[in-house]
Amino acid sequence: MARNVNFDLNYPLMEAGLESPVDEEGVHDSFNQLIAEQSQNGGISDAYELQQLQRELDEGRDDVAYLSSPGHEYRGRIKGRQDVEWDEDERQTDPLIAERWSSATLRILSSMPSRTIGRSRGAIISQYYNRTMQLRRRRQSRPSIKDFSRSARPSIRGYGIEADEADGEGTEVSKRERLVNNLQNLSVTDRVRMLRAMPLSVAEKSELRRLALQKEKQTLSGSKLPCCSRLKYYIIIAVRQSWYSWLSFLSSLQLWQVPLKRVSGRFGTGVLSYFIFLKTLLYFNLFLFLVTGAFLVLPQAVHPPVLPAGRRPFSGLELLTGAGYFSDTVMYYGYYSNDTLNKSCKDDGAVQNDPVSNSTGHDCVSKSLSYKMSLAYFFTIGMAFFFTCIILVYSMSKSFGRSFRIDKSHSILAMKAFCSWDFKVIKKTSVKLMSENICTQLKELLAEVNHKRVKNTVGQKLWRLMVHGLAWAICLASTAACATGIYFFSDHMHQNLQQSSRSVNQNPLLNEASLLALPVLVSLINLLLPGLFNLAAWMEDYESPSVRTYVAISRNLLLKVSVLGVLCYHWLGRVASDPSSIGLTCWESFVGQELYRFLLMDFIFTLLDTLFGEFLWGLFSEKVLRRRRKPAFDIARNVLELIYGQTLAWLGVLFTPLLPAVQILKLLLLFYIKMSSVMMNCQAPRKPYRVSQMTTVFITLLCFPSFLGASVCVTYTMWSIKPSASCGPFRGLKTMFEAGKQWVQEMEKHDPKLSVVARAHSYLVEHPLFLFVGAGIFLLVIYFHSQVVDGQRKIISLLQEQIENEGEDKKFLITKLQSIHEQKRTPARRLTSQDSAC
Amino acid sequence: MGNKQTIFTDEQLDAYQDCTFFTRKEILRLHGRYHELAPHLVPMDYTNEPDCKLPLALIVNMPELKENPFRNRIVESFSEDGMGNLSFNEFVDMFSVLSEMAPRELKAIYAFKIYDFNVDNYLCKEDLEKTLNKLTKEELTPEEVQLVCEKAIEEADLDGDNKLSFADFENMITRAPDFLSTFHIRI
Repeated sequence: MARNVNFDLNYPLMEAGLESPVDEEGVHDSFNQLIAEQSQNGGISDAYELQQLQRELDEGRDDVAYLSSPGHEYRGRIKGRQDVEWDEDERQTDPLIAERWSSATLRILSSMPSRTIGRSRGAIISQYYNRTMQLRRRRQSRPSIKDFSRSARPSIRGYGIEADEADGEGTEVSKRERLVNNLQNLSVTDRVRMLRAMPLSVAEKSELRRLALQKEKQTLSGSKLPCCSRLKYYIIIAVRQSWYSWLSFLSSLQLWQVPLKRVSGRFGTGVLSYFIFLKTLLYFNLFLFLVTGAFLVLPQAVHPPVLPAGRRPFSGLELLTGAGYFSDTVMYYGYYSNDTLNKSCKDDGAVQNDPVSNSTGHDCVSKSLSYKMSLAYFFTIGMAFFFTCIILVYSMSKSFGRSFRIDKSHSILAMKAFCSWDFKVIKKTSVKLMSENICTQLKELLAEVNHKRVKNTVGQKLWRLMVHGLAWAICLASTAACATGIYFFSDHMHQNLQQSSRSVNQNPLLNEASLLALPVLVSLINLLLPGLFNLAAWMEDYESPSVRTYVAISRNLLLKVSVLGVLCYHWLGRVASDPSSIGLTCWESFVGQELYRFLLMDFIFTLLDTLFGEFLWGLFSEKVLRRRRKPAFDIARNVLELIYGQTLAWLGVLFTPLLPAVQILKLLLLFYIKMSSVMMNCQAPRKPYRVSQMTTVFITLLCFPSFLGASVCVTYTMWSIKPSASCGPFRGLKTMFEAGKQWVQEMEKHDPKLSVVARAHSYLVEHPLFLFVGAGIFLLVIYFHSQVVDGQRKIISLLQEQIENEGEDKKFLITKLQSIHEQKRTPARRLTSQDSAC
Repeated sequence: MGNKQTIFTDEQLDAYQDCTFFTRKEILRLHGRYHELAPHLVPMDYTNEPDCKLPLALIVNMPELKENPFRNRIVESFSEDGMGNLSFNEFVDMFSVLSEMAPRELKAIYAFKIYDFNVDNYLCKEDLEKTLNKLTKEELTPEEVQLVCEKAIEEADLDGDNKLSFADFENMITRAPDFLSTFHIRI
């Protein structure tokens, strides 16, 4: 009978089914069977039975419980009722089902898998049963699914379970048991992940969890377990407990929960993404600070080196320039010694008397409990960059996966309707603004859909091209002018320094203050040129907002990259090559101070920009120009500024190990200042902002020009620039990189067995061949991945075609089913009319 | 710490942690919020799982939901009886699905339920009309709404039955990367 066949195939099964034609056949077979059954019945025209069926069906409409499978509970009944009610309405509205379907057809329709997804508890449970099964298979690394006999494949097996769902009352219970069984056999993390992702209510999930845990305990206590697995069990529990407490500790650390909620409630996801980006940068710097702090600053601070006398007094200007009083502190490279610090000895010495400490010191050296500063410096910086790189690349790839889906979107209107509402926004005016925005966007989209695109004439095109060319020319010319300006200015400052280093009697404070000129100039350029770019963009009048954003970003980026390039040349080319000409004994510290100044000036100018650009301009436009709208927060520009600051911080870590701390302070202050400025002066953005795409772009920018540029500079410094001879941990070496080499050689001398290590080191690090091979492999992997993505794209388009075909098939089958019912019904009706006639 | 013990047992908190995307602390905070909605109805002691439900009208008044045009549907989709009465478990459920950590699939299922106004497991024209009217606060003319409905269904409907099934909906959602970040309520 029709009602005994349940098409409760769930969604992943459908997917699995599409993969192999055999499985697909299985699905189709069932339809065929059904139709065959129906037509058989019709063919025999067992009038009495059909009549009964008809009566049953009619009753069924009244007795709702009958419609849903008997195992279902109250909710299922409600659902059934709603389904039936809806089915009644559907007849009038749906064009496909314009004619009256018989209730049997409708019942089949209502139990179709796509209708039960996320609805029927049974479907969800069996779906998750299959998933857990698959997961178990995968985790146990058994042979792949292909090696199973066909009947044991999850899809078909699942189908079998589905098919007998309707005829047994206990099936849901047994399915549940099986699910619990599977859950119990999963590892803890997998189980938690499964449980969390299940679209069931918490009560049910916790019941499932309780059952799984109970079973686990039973099996543990019931069977005689070897001691070690019992131990394993307890260890697992202990680890889990500590993991939970760690998690709650982390969540209590979650920064700025409340302010972020306020911002998102008022401005939505776009502006929020700026603050989240800021938070991410803060974590990066925190990591850097912890690493350098623990391995460089702390050991050196505990064992301060002997300083030359005549330390300059604190004058206040140091806070701006970073020089003077600060120059001989742990902040800068020059302070670090090239000694071997003997930790335990000093500690012992502190406890014991002075004369004794000397002798213990000698003992300690031989005990090799030593801390070699130059090595530590080299490896700390190297490792910090390495881990930052890994984290960055990982988050970048994740972000890419999230935002750039493989196929091009074409259902824009539907997406606008269903995905454009920002559920975070809770402020009344912002909600109103958002619905206005969506409204205008929908109207624009409609207009676009209706009369596709108005073709521009040749003249208009030429005009546009000219305008774009002009705008780009202005931007490029101004960028080039700024870069050359900075080049010559830095040259001038350099010569100035050379002169002042020769003449002795000059005011040191004035000298120090003159150092600030270059950072001020650069920050001024960074502040003013984006305004010019905005003007150019206004002239161009781009239609699509995303193109406008991308153009603005690329122009700003070009400016910042060229400025930083010139500065890097200035530091690494001019200053480092001939430090004695400007009277420097330690050029690394000088560069570190420069970077400190740049970072600080950047911060001060951002503050000025916030004050004048946002606050005062907002007041001006409100009071004088009588504009009702407040300005919108320029997310792209602000994020680019953050990226610029971060590049400076990364560049400076080598020369100023404490620069991350300065950057942390700066970011903390910036967060509160920007937050209050946004709250006071800005309005929710009018234009749509594609958050995840832009976040991906920014993470990519942070990774590619910013981090990569910084690490290239740092690597270049380590590899090929001669460190100062009289200061820093690398004094006396040809390059910083030699510290590692020396260490390996020493080790080899100490213990000839370790010569393998030395050889490996020289091969891996010194030979360019290895680098080339590594890069080659990396490129190959990327190439393969892109090929895989290409293949997937093709498969997706094929699948989409297939889905369309399936839709056609479905329509066809339903009409077929209905026509058979009609056939069946006609003789039945005839029979009833005969009955009444008699 | 003593306060923690009186609201939930450790076992309960563990269960919540395993089944939702919240940590202990957040569960306690959620309980606070739930309690705050109706202090005289909701007991402080949840160790014996009291049977207590809050009506839709109370929950909809939370500041997180108050201005949301879909507030009634959100609450209804998470209530067992379909009328919008939420027990604490369902309340937790709601914010768990709307939290940052929830995976796309889970969010998609509930978003589908929310937009499915007439609970027929399909997004049909009628649902889309209601959605649009709520989104734009009925600023669009009926003709425009009709046009948008037709076009949107035409675009997203893959199997040609003139309404969006869950598969269609999910397919569309996967191509809207912002959905994950916007279908999110901070608690």
